[in-house]
Amino acid sequence: MSTHADYRLTQLDQLEAESIHIFREVAAELERPVLMCSGGKDSIVMLRLAEKAFHPAKLPFPVLQVDTSFDFPEVLVARDNWVDRLGARLVVASVDEAIRNGVVVDDGKTSRNRLQIGTLLHAIEEGGFTAAFGGGRRDEEKARAKERIYSHRDEFGQWDPKNQRPELWSLYNGRLHAGEHMRVFPLSNWTELDIWHYIARERIEIPSIYFAHERKVIARDGMLLSASDAVQPRAGEMVEERTVRFRTVGDMTLTGCVESQADTLEKIIDEIAVARVTERGATRGDDRFSEAAMEDRKKEGYF
Amino acid sequence: MARVGADMDLLRFATAGSVDDGKSTLIGRLLLDSKSIFEDQLASVEATSASKGYDYTDLALLTDGLRSEREQGITIDVAYRYFATPKRKFIIADTPGHVQYTRNMVTGASTADLGLVLVDARHGLTEQSRRHAVLLSLLRVPHLVLAVNKMDLVDYDQAVFERIVAEFTAFASKLNIPDLLVVPISALKGDNVVARSEAMGWYEGPSLLHHLEHVHIASDRELRDVRFPVQCVIRPKSDEHHDYRGYAGQVAGGVLKPGDEVMVLPSGMTSTVAGIDLFDEQLGEAYAPMSVVVRLTDDVDVSRGDMICRSKNVPTQTQDVDAMVCWMTTAPLRAGQKLAIKHTTRTARTIVKDVQYRLDVNTLHRDLGADQLGLNEIGRVQLRVTQPLLVDPYERNRTTGSFILIDEATGNTVGAGMING
Repeated sequence: MSTHADYRLTQLDQLEAESIHIFREVAAELERPVLMCSGGKDSIVMLRLAEKAFHPAKLPFPVLQVDTSFDFPEVLVARDNWVDRLGARLVVASVDEAIRNGVVVDDGKTSRNRLQIGTLLHAIEEGGFTAAFGGGRRDEEKARAKERIYSHRDEFGQWDPKNQRPELWSLYNGRLHAGEHMRVFPLSNWTELDIWHYIARERIEIPSIYFAHERKVIARDGMLLSASDAVQPRAGEMVEERTVRFRTVGDMTLTGCVESQADTLEKIIDEIAVARVTERGATRGDDRFSEAAMEDRKKEGYF
Repeated sequence: MARVGADMDLLRFATAGSVDDGKSTLIGRLLLDSKSIFEDQLASVEATSASKGYDYTDLALLTDGLRSEREQGITIDVAYRYFATPKRKFIIADTPGHVQYTRNMVTGASTADLGLVLVDARHGLTEQSRRHAVLLSLLRVPHLVLAVNKMDLVDYDQAVFERIVAEFTAFASKLNIPDLLVVPISALKGDNVVARSEAMGWYEGPSLLHHLEHVHIASDRELRDVRFPVQCVIRPKSDEHHDYRGYAGQVAGGVLKPGDEVMVLPSGMTSTVAGIDLFDEQLGEAYAPMSVVVRLTDDVDVSRGDMICRSKNVPTQTQDVDAMVCWMTTAPLRAGQKLAIKHTTRTARTIVKDVQYRLDVNTLHRDLGADQLGLNEIGRVQLRVTQPLLVDPYERNRTTGSFILIDEATGNTVGAGMING
């Protein structure tokens, strides 16, 4: 924090202050919050902000991860390091287990991403969580641009975009009925570039796959997917070694990487500052199905 | 080229106007010219425009985020947009002109440093533009820009512009608008949006973007009266920090320093600031809108909903609140009604004692005969609260002077209030 003679705060300091305020409001007003953590850069920034909000006390809520069993191992390493350092309680909701228990149905056609929705809602219900922090940002996508910081979900976990509570000043309304819960987005006003500037400023650990590295990849549907047990070359496809990095992390079967030489935070920031394609458009198969893909998944209870 | 960095400051502005005024085109142009629109977003909008048989790319599609909005061609809800220039980061609260206009505009304006109202040069001031100016002044948005759009359609005629300036200035003198700029633009052609227009050499003011980048907002902050609403108490209960006890909150006004004599309200206990912490840093001072933890030298009883102030400069402690209320739900607000009220970090219950008058936001006429407020109506209301609130007039502090009203049955936010001085 750099303070100035004229009492100005940089925009990054203002965003940080707003997010910390949100974390504290939720912890004070909602009974059982949980922080949803994918291990990606946004959820790691959330962990940092939550750490700052309650320091020197520990996080007053657990961390929840939905394990798709197709998560990048590098991401799980970073997640574990963070959870260990913070002394936080980790709750893992496994998609495989949800399938075995009949919570969700794997018909072979539904992507893991969609199966995560049922798994997540079940975990929230089972844990009795009344508020779930998510790392969503309004600059990510058009439907998110209209979502509140406190996003009310009915007893089915659904979002009703036409019936949102007005959100004024910094007065958040966390009222709930039994069975309902709140999704809370402390990073709503952050942009992708802000996230990177903050990671650079705070010098915090993020998964190594965000930095340029050599990787065996398969070009498919205009994306570069990481070759693995889960993603095997189909007829006519080739496995090639390229220098790549990931702009978002998610399910390995759906998350593509981009060719990049950016192997430091400074180079990544330079690359993002001139990027001409959104991070989701570049690398997320799950958002490509229709113009309203994100809106539909959000209504069902997606992060 | 200067790089968009982390050390910029932040301007939040609210836009008001309808699609007909060219608001979406203007926002689209600001985003495009500041390179904040990405190729895949533009491609998606171009494809949709083509499939609908439009002759041109409809930039409104960039901001209409929900399926029903795209289908109906209307904007339903406040949308937040982000762009940055090397000078500043901007957050736009884009509010629809027609549907639910008051509720949405009040929401968008509540956090804005600046309000941008658009008018069509061909039509001049309309009822709607007056209404937008009234709402922005009611919400104490400190800076106002009136953009006279579509100047290309009136041959960039200075006389047309001057007529609108004169008309608006006369109207604005009845409002509280500390800072006003009127700028002639063409959002479609780009005149005076990013760069000064060659077609309007007679205009000597800044371009719209230049003004947004340079308008001085630091002095808008309240630095006299220390107001620190306590959100929660930080007690680690660990061996390492066994005796640590701090009060977490976001500074709502004034400058707080270690060594300051302070008073905790409502108890009235006094103490001294032992330290101000932000994570592992100890700060020499804290001011709005910093989120910090304040430690006191004495073991006084402090909890959520309390406020830390300087001993000789305290807010009003009252159970009787006189406020302008914007009503946001279909069932009307009436005397006798019971609601929950959230003010800073304190939540209480309240009963409506009286609806004094309804304000006509088009004419500023006060309807003293009104005994209720309907959806999207604004009026002066007296409330009695179950416990004392620590309030300042809204015109003095937008944080300690504002509250929301919550329907206890539905849990919905049904009203927004600004406390009168």
